[in-house]
Amino acid sequence: MIKARVTVTLKNGVLDPQGKAIGGALSGLGFNGLRSVRQGKVFDIELEGSDRTAAESELKAMCDKLLANTVIEDYSIALL
Amino acid sequence: MQAAVILLPGLNRDRDMIAALTKITGQPPLTIWQTETTIPEDVDLIVVPGGFSYGDYLRCGAIAARMPVLQAVREKAARGVRVLGVCNGFQILVESGLLPGALMRNASLKFVCREVKLQVSNAATLFTSGYEAGQIIRCPVAHHDGNYVADAATLKALEDNDQVVFRYAEGTNPNGSINDIAGIINAEGNVLGMMPHPENLIENAHGGEDGRKLFEAALGLAAA
Repeated sequence: MIKARVTVTLKNGVLDPQGKAIGGALSGLGFNGLRSVRQGKVFDIELEGSDRTAAESELKAMCDKLLANTVIEDYSIALL
Repeated sequence: MQAAVILLPGLNRDRDMIAALTKITGQPPLTIWQTETTIPEDVDLIVVPGGFSYGDYLRCGAIAARMPVLQAVREKAARGVRVLGVCNGFQILVESGLLPGALMRNASLKFVCREVKLQVSNAATLFTSGYEAGQIIRCPVAHHDGNYVADAATLKALEDNDQVVFRYAEGTNPNGSINDIAGIINAEGNVLGMMPHPENLIENAHGGEDGRKLFEAALGLAAA
């Protein structure tokens, strides 16, 4: 079995109202010196088999087809 | 003309859309479930209604856009059949790649349910020929993720080609949408997506009929 973690984040320049609200709440809690907060998503995925190269291309296809909206999001894949 | 309404789990404006189409055409539209892989030949207008398909999991419209029926919609759209996506339907069309850009969380982070003013920015489309260019109409909105975004090149292409069909007018932008965009059409002019709900303003019992002309135009029923 192969374990992977896919991280999806908003592209630079795409406004993130949720991140902004979270940042506001953190400042309200007294965390000073906060420059910005961007919210993203994490997917922990387990795959059958042991071929890491095949797993990586499979995960990339998953990102391109569903997990990320590449109009507004970037993704990164880490095999664990 | 024959209309068809696409059905997906989690939509909740399908009944409103079916009722509106039934009242306007005098016959109920076909309904097509998400697992269907074909849409009947005689369908002239495909409508993807609003709601919360798949609970808005992952991203609004993302999972619905990957269902078999959307591939059938894509094939029909490529052959020039008219497609209208309203609210979640707009989000689904954007996620399916039928329309450019993306719809993000409202800038206010709040769900907005109210009436807005829309300016008809392009009255020369198959859907808006019943309106005057620049006309301001009333229309209800009800959404949490209607904040239209697109990269600079896409936005410029949309503006240059007159693909922005509806804009929020008179300071009523409810979601922070760029350039006050409320609805866009594809370059070919047969796929329209919009966040507001024209199906909820088609008869006097709704408090007005401003949305009716959109359906009449799309269905070829506009009075000569």
